[in-house]
Amino acid sequence: MDGKQGHSYVVALAGNPNTGKSTVFNGLTGLRQHTGNWPGKTVVQARGHFKYKGQDFVLVDLPGTYSLLANSPEEQVARNFICFEHPAATVIVVDATCLERNLNLVLQVTEITNHVIVCLNLMDEARRHRVFIDVPTLEQELGVPVIPTTARSKQGLAELKEAIHLVSSGKLTPQPVRLRYNPMVEEKIAEILPRLETLPPVYNKRWIALRLIDGDSSILEEMEVKI
Amino acid sequence: MKMDSPITDSIVEAIYAKAETITNKVVKTPIQQKETWTNRIDNIVTSRALGFPLMLALLCVVFWITITGANAPSEFLARFLFMIEDHLTAFFSFINSPSWLHGLLVLGMYRALAWVVSVMLPPMAIFFPIFTLLEDLGYLPRIAFNLDHMFQRVGAHGKQALTMAMGFGCNAAGVIAARIIDSPRERLVAIVTNNFVPCNGRFPILITMATIVSSLTIRSAYQTVMGAVIVLAGVLIGILATFLVSWGLTNTILQGEPSFFILELPPYRKPQVGKVIVRSFFDRTIFVLTRAVIVAAPAGALTWLLANIKINQLSLITHLSTRLDPFGKIMGLDGVILLAFILGLPANEIVIPIMLMSYLSAGAMLELESLDAIRELLTANGWTWLTAVNFIIFSLLHFPCGTTLLTIHKETGSWKWTALSAVIPTVLGIIICIIITQITHLFLPLF
Repeated sequence: MDGKQGHSYVVALAGNPNTGKSTVFNGLTGLRQHTGNWPGKTVVQARGHFKYKGQDFVLVDLPGTYSLLANSPEEQVARNFICFEHPAATVIVVDATCLERNLNLVLQVTEITNHVIVCLNLMDEARRHRVFIDVPTLEQELGVPVIPTTARSKQGLAELKEAIHLVSSGKLTPQPVRLRYNPMVEEKIAEILPRLETLPPVYNKRWIALRLIDGDSSILEEMEVKI
Repeated sequence: MKMDSPITDSIVEAIYAKAETITNKVVKTPIQQKETWTNRIDNIVTSRALGFPLMLALLCVVFWITITGANAPSEFLARFLFMIEDHLTAFFSFINSPSWLHGLLVLGMYRALAWVVSVMLPPMAIFFPIFTLLEDLGYLPRIAFNLDHMFQRVGAHGKQALTMAMGFGCNAAGVIAARIIDSPRERLVAIVTNNFVPCNGRFPILITMATIVSSLTIRSAYQTVMGAVIVLAGVLIGILATFLVSWGLTNTILQGEPSFFILELPPYRKPQVGKVIVRSFFDRTIFVLTRAVIVAAPAGALTWLLANIKINQLSLITHLSTRLDPFGKIMGLDGVILLAFILGLPANEIVIPIMLMSYLSAGAMLELESLDAIRELLTANGWTWLTAVNFIIFSLLHFPCGTTLLTIHKETGSWKWTALSAVIPTVLGIIICIIITQITHLFLPLF
């Protein structure tokens, strides 16, 4: 199983800025990384450990980003980690009060990796604003586990740990619903895919093809370093 | 070439369309009132007319709470710690220890530690929980928003306000926080000017001096209000210096177009009051205590040695401070103060303890159990309100502490920028102190 570092599973923590990512990080690891209500607060990539059911996990707090299309250094850091470091699971922290904007990031991550868990955070706030989210349907639509949480009062974190455990150990492999692009894009992907056959099997070739036809040169540079 | 490609557009379109479809399926009630509620507050706290006054008023209230709240615990701590000192002294004479050992350990190390803890700890333990509450609430980005166009005007980055806010905790942390600024040019501006925000080690200096100045000038119930206003004025001087130096840098060695950025104003969130207060109270206490043990104790020992090693009947401290005295006098300070700032390079927390010990070494032995006693010691050594004002200004405008300088070197990778970060504020501080002193001497010959 890849995504292991020694005996620990590596778990990435992604999400939009200011969704309580650091609070989830602290809640899971028991660390006290500084939290604050402003976007862009996490400038240093934090790592923490936790143990669940006798298994060690290393949690990596990625910088908060709205997308992974790599327009900024933070986005590149987050994208490269998810794509090239092969975390055993990627947890995406999502702000339940503005789901639509957050889903844009989720859909981009599920294009890269199957091992995704959505942490639907700030449920208390959503409830207060009378936003009701149909979690089972959301799970179905995305094809990945969705765990509602209120990280600051530690609600749902036990369930989140269980989901991380299941996905990391391979007991559960999410099947994210893939995006369908317009015929022109799909055609181009089909054209490039055979030429990527020589890549190691852990890479998501469809996604790399997509980045290439998008003219994203940073992905080439990164692949040169990694492969 | 990426921006306008139809492929990029269609990829992004597919993602957005899917996100919208899913959202419409699973979200039952759309968000309405939250937007308007946050917006309504923002219309007030970020408005052109009220944004600034509200910000200043809020800061003033925070300072007032800090000063008022810190007084009693400060005195209690001082009384308690100096009572222990008496017991330590009794113990040392009981075991017949040589007087130099007692001097070094008790009068040097222990005393410096006791001062750092009693003077520095209470203001920090009150100010930081309040500050953290404001941060948790979501007020910091509003401050950045209010200051944004001023930063634009001096050619710097609006996010610099956030790095300044971090600087309150520790300038080294503020320098690291400058990583949130993408443009290397604007990041350098933020790094070099971060020192103008009074950090953890200098903020209590401000509080102590403000209390002393206000008690020198008025004696009434408004004393603490006056103190808060002086602290606010000190912080504003630091902010003005930030703008001035940023403007100077961006018009000379760091020219370039200001970059645009989108600052998202997050929704206000109810802070976790209890947790924040307890957490930041203990974090600050541990932070201050650790620094006190690591820096203040050795500095206290060193100061004691300097005060007690005599050459030609005069202590080293007297020799050194006499050298510095003429220059200090031009700045409206004195040699002891300058020496304290120089010896305080490892950490600003020890500037006041070193200064007090140096004054005390001249002979007078006072029980410094309260701010009143400190004020008496200072006036006995020729302090006036002008000295205190210059002291406040120089504590804001001088070289950063050792830790911050090392951090600046680490972040910029250049000794040149590290040196500039030390030289610019020091020169600025010296010039301003000289101007204030000379003008005062001109118009108020009695002082």
